[in-house]
Amino acid sequence: MTSSTDIKAPRVDDPRYNGLWRRVWSQFRKRRLAFSSLIIIALIYILGILAPVIQTHDYRETDLRNTQQGPSTEHWFGTDRAGRDLYTRVIWGIQTTVIITVTSFITGSLLLGVSIGLVAGYFRGWLDAVIMRIGEVISVFPDILLIILLAATLRPRIVEFARDVEDSYGITGLVSSGIVDYLVIGVALLPLSWFGMMRLVRGQVLVLREAEYVEAARAMGTSTPRILFRHILPNVVSPVIVSVSFGIGSIALSEVILSFFGLGVQPPRPSLGVMIGDVTARGGASVSVLRDHPEQLLAPIIVVWLLIFCWNIVGDALNDILNPRSR
Amino acid sequence: MLVYIIRRLLWTPVLLALAAFFVFIMGTFAPGDPAELRLGNRATPERIERERERLGLDRPIPVRYVQYISDALRGDLGDSYQYQGKPVLEIITPRLWVSLQLNIAALIVAITVGLPLGFYAAKKQGTAKDPTIVITMLILYAMPVFFTAPFLILFFAVKLHWVPAAGWGGFFSLQIILPALTIGIPGAAVFVRHMRASTLEIIGQEYVRTARAKGMSNFVVNYRHVARNALLPILTIMGFTLAGMFGGSLIVELIYGIPGAGRLSLDAIFQRDFPVLTAFVLLGAVMLVLANLVIDIAYTIVDPRIRLQ
Repeated sequence: MTSSTDIKAPRVDDPRYNGLWRRVWSQFRKRRLAFSSLIIIALIYILGILAPVIQTHDYRETDLRNTQQGPSTEHWFGTDRAGRDLYTRVIWGIQTTVIITVTSFITGSLLLGVSIGLVAGYFRGWLDAVIMRIGEVISVFPDILLIILLAATLRPRIVEFARDVEDSYGITGLVSSGIVDYLVIGVALLPLSWFGMMRLVRGQVLVLREAEYVEAARAMGTSTPRILFRHILPNVVSPVIVSVSFGIGSIALSEVILSFFGLGVQPPRPSLGVMIGDVTARGGASVSVLRDHPEQLLAPIIVVWLLIFCWNIVGDALNDILNPRSR
Repeated sequence: MLVYIIRRLLWTPVLLALAAFFVFIMGTFAPGDPAELRLGNRATPERIERERERLGLDRPIPVRYVQYISDALRGDLGDSYQYQGKPVLEIITPRLWVSLQLNIAALIVAITVGLPLGFYAAKKQGTAKDPTIVITMLILYAMPVFFTAPFLILFFAVKLHWVPAAGWGGFFSLQIILPALTIGIPGAAVFVRHMRASTLEIIGQEYVRTARAKGMSNFVVNYRHVARNALLPILTIMGFTLAGMFGGSLIVELIYGIPGAGRLSLDAIFQRDFPVLTAFVLLGAVMLVLANLVIDIAYTIVDPRIRLQ
């Protein structure tokens, strides 16, 4: 035991060789592109989270003597038409993206998608049929159209509701804090986030519930929740992770598109989509902006571009590692 | 196979009715009272009440839904708030036709670029060419159209003067090239990804090895045995790719100044013209359902493993 240094073969009790996640992590680290993508994602998310600390200006602060400036030491990315600091607005915009992707992935994909998928796949029957039909109806619509319709019709109702809450409880700032915007976007993105995940989990559970070890557990009188959470759920985790890493890019992009159309985050709060929509006058003036003030367009776009690209690379790598058969 | 097709055909109207119900509910939930909006804000409450009665807005939801469906089947999707009560369908149809042409052009771009490139990448697996193609396409896929569109205009129209910068001149005009490229290239990336995967799967099959062992020429093996079979699963993702591109085209139309559904839906959002918006979503759904129906039936006919079951 003491002379273990000359043993070359991996030892079973060596923690480095134990556990799925250690193995995944060690394989993931070897893929240079995927690993650097993950680092880029982490850096972008940290920028967003630390926005209030690392901002150089206030994102609302206008300076009408310094509008449409190029990058300088005072304004790292330059300023926009109202003289607001682009760097500050970009990191606050990233914060919006962080909040939206994290919340809609936790509520939509994880809570709703996984739990409904577990229940539908395990219990089958009419419940499963109803859920699948609902999902089928939702997937009839082109994603973006459905999201736009939901956001456009629900926004006034949700804002009204928030105002009522403000009035009756004497709270102020609920609407202006931006929470309402996040709620609208979150609800609008629900159909996009839950159904794909639910179908994936359900498909896995349909196979797993027939597996022998699950039958054995059932025969031993294991309770249903225990079978679901201890025996089935852990085996669903890896496809879930792959699907999440592919899905986050499209959730981020959907928020950008909604805010671009003016249906997502409302000014003065910055979002990457609002920034793109503002400088291009909702698309129309894109060309002149790109020619005359490229930094105003590129600053938010490069972040969106990097996020979608990196999440896809990470998703690809995880898919290769976790589902080797699908290659 | 016949049973499958009949079942699909029977289920489609039910699906569309459910989709229409969803859109209808969203429409009734939308802010703004149609009667009030029709009469303007100087109307007396009594007149608004009479108008509501005339429009049938006072009747219960199920009755109104049946009315909505039967109107929709006869091509009446309500009147626009924005354009002085013009029928919605009259406003949408020409716009949707423009968008459809644009998306078909984009689909052609995506197919002609994506499928051969995906096939080529799979054949070159193990060399540097494969990952280069895959990563390049992923970079292009992730590139937001907010950037691609103005960049293409600046480069090909403003600098090189090869094609007109913007506008719309129909399917067979030079103006369609840039927007079709803008929408088609991300679509091509999707096709490369799937075509590569499905080609790789076919290449490993025994019958491909048999064909080679028989001494068949490279060309025949590649095209008869590999490519034709690899194309089959691509058919099934065609509908969803088209739907994805359609979403992207909303923004692309704005940037290129194309009078399609994108401009219309943006105006509808800002003017709170919900009849137009809901009708647009419903028509989008109908087109997607029909496209998928056609694709699924085509798939069962094309694939002998399913056809002969």
